[in-house]
Amino acid sequence: MSVLLIAEHDNSQLRPATLNAATAAAQLGEVTVLVAGRDCATVAEAASVIDGITKVLLADAEIYEHGLAENVAPLVCGLTNSVTHILAPATTMGKNLLPRIAALLDVGQISDVIEIKGQDTFVRPIYAGNALACVRTLDPVKVLSVRTTAFDAAVTRSSFAPVEKVGPGPASDRVAFVSRQLTVSERPELTAARVVVSGGRGLASQENFHLVERLADLLGGAVGASRAAVDSGYAPNDCQVGQTGKVVAPELYVAVGISGAIQHLAGMKDSKVIVAINKDDEAPIFQVADYGLVEDLFTALPQLIEEFEKGSA
Amino acid sequence: MKILAAVKRVVDYNVRIRVASDESGVETNGVKMSMNPFDEIAVEAGVQLKEAGIAAELVVVSIGPAACQETLKTALAMGADRALLVETEVEVQPLAAATAIKAIVEREAPDLVLLGKQAIDDDSNQTGQMLAALLDWPQGTFASGLNIADGKATVTREIDGGLETLLLTLPAVVSTDLRLNTPRYATLPNIMKAKKKPIERSTPEELGIDIRPRQKMLSVSEPPVRTGGVMVASAAELVDKLRNAAKVIP
Repeated sequence: MSVLLIAEHDNSQLRPATLNAATAAAQLGEVTVLVAGRDCATVAEAASVIDGITKVLLADAEIYEHGLAENVAPLVCGLTNSVTHILAPATTMGKNLLPRIAALLDVGQISDVIEIKGQDTFVRPIYAGNALACVRTLDPVKVLSVRTTAFDAAVTRSSFAPVEKVGPGPASDRVAFVSRQLTVSERPELTAARVVVSGGRGLASQENFHLVERLADLLGGAVGASRAAVDSGYAPNDCQVGQTGKVVAPELYVAVGISGAIQHLAGMKDSKVIVAINKDDEAPIFQVADYGLVEDLFTALPQLIEEFEKGSA
Repeated sequence: MKILAAVKRVVDYNVRIRVASDESGVETNGVKMSMNPFDEIAVEAGVQLKEAGIAAELVVVSIGPAACQETLKTALAMGADRALLVETEVEVQPLAAATAIKAIVEREAPDLVLLGKQAIDDDSNQTGQMLAALLDWPQGTFASGLNIADGKATVTREIDGGLETLLLTLPAVVSTDLRLNTPRYATLPNIMKAKKKPIERSTPEELGIDIRPRQKMLSVSEPPVRTGGVMVASAAELVDKLRNAAKVIP
């Protein structure tokens, strides 16, 4: 079996999500990694030391700088000779790109794979994670997006896999990259953080949200938010944890002032340890919490912050 | 210009779904069905472009059983001009939906296709991208901003870590994310008016397309349930538990 894994990167660094997808890929066969970008040789080098990788394909050209699906999809389709599986992490990059590849190949796609049962059989969540579907694909090429929280990150090794240059393929003249506004943060990336502290509607204002940020910083964690908090403008939208936002599974997830709507639970219930702080003792979040504290967050949060400030002093 | 919006009939987002005891699927008998919420945002975006005088006509399409006419009527009541139903009893997977919408696009020749970024039943997030591929059109997925001018669409996309803006030359496919707009409720007068708007029915056979499923659902099961935890009485006790029992903080 020959597996093509599409690397996610920003032209200088390999994104950690690629390592999780690499673990899934290695369960299926011999893995080749495709790095498509511009001036991205350092990424190809980083990919070449992922354990279990046999080869890296490097497509280094201006048309791949921004990862536009219109340009990357035909490139991938030109590399699929004898490939049995095409994988990418189920990030916004993978979600944007993979279905375009699948349709060009006239095959279906299986999204958000959380378990590999066999070469053609996979488990994926449906209905916001309220059910798990076991699906067998009938297509000759299996196109899979991988939910990164379901697979451990692949380790790196000291030896390098060979890097082979490919492409460039055709480019579309009907799409142009304009700009990208990324949230600048000193904190770890939400989907890769060991600790996530999330705030909900209970925070009641953007100013109060600094309490969540303070606690996250003391724990070396990332900041998350419920959809209600994002919609109310307390937190930026890329913080949103939930079925329609980011899916996270950190070692420790602290939910502050979050009631626990199904859509939010779908994004965090695979966390190892869940802490819930809410003044409503009937909030559904307590049903998934390992440790629950029924208290007004404006009492509990300053106390917690004080406890950790003591610890870090 | 002309806009086509695609809508899917799904289990209402407020329904707590139940897995069938024989693991064959999710119970849908007697369950409230509604328009996929992301598709409502797509229809709303189309209606707003009409109201702004940018679009002349908004056509809506759905693929599925006869009951999808209810979903189309909702779209008509929101402000769409006419509706098309590609009627089938077969399970419609994303590639099949994209194939059917492509056939409609070839007949209707819209300048813009709008659809939700994903359906809340199968959560695939594929149809828009697949449609764009089949048509060889540019795609603006997960749109939280959309501006049409001079035959081009400026699309702001929600991506990991922030926002990205692309400029697409029409015709194009745009898939809508939550923050693009807040869909209107259909008013009673508009619901009454919508009853007079036409719904044209066709079948995959008439369109000459193959919509067979590419995947076989082997089983549907309940996700593992988390075992209930313990309640703590104070912030200090919580810190103690996290340090000494769970050992997740130093």
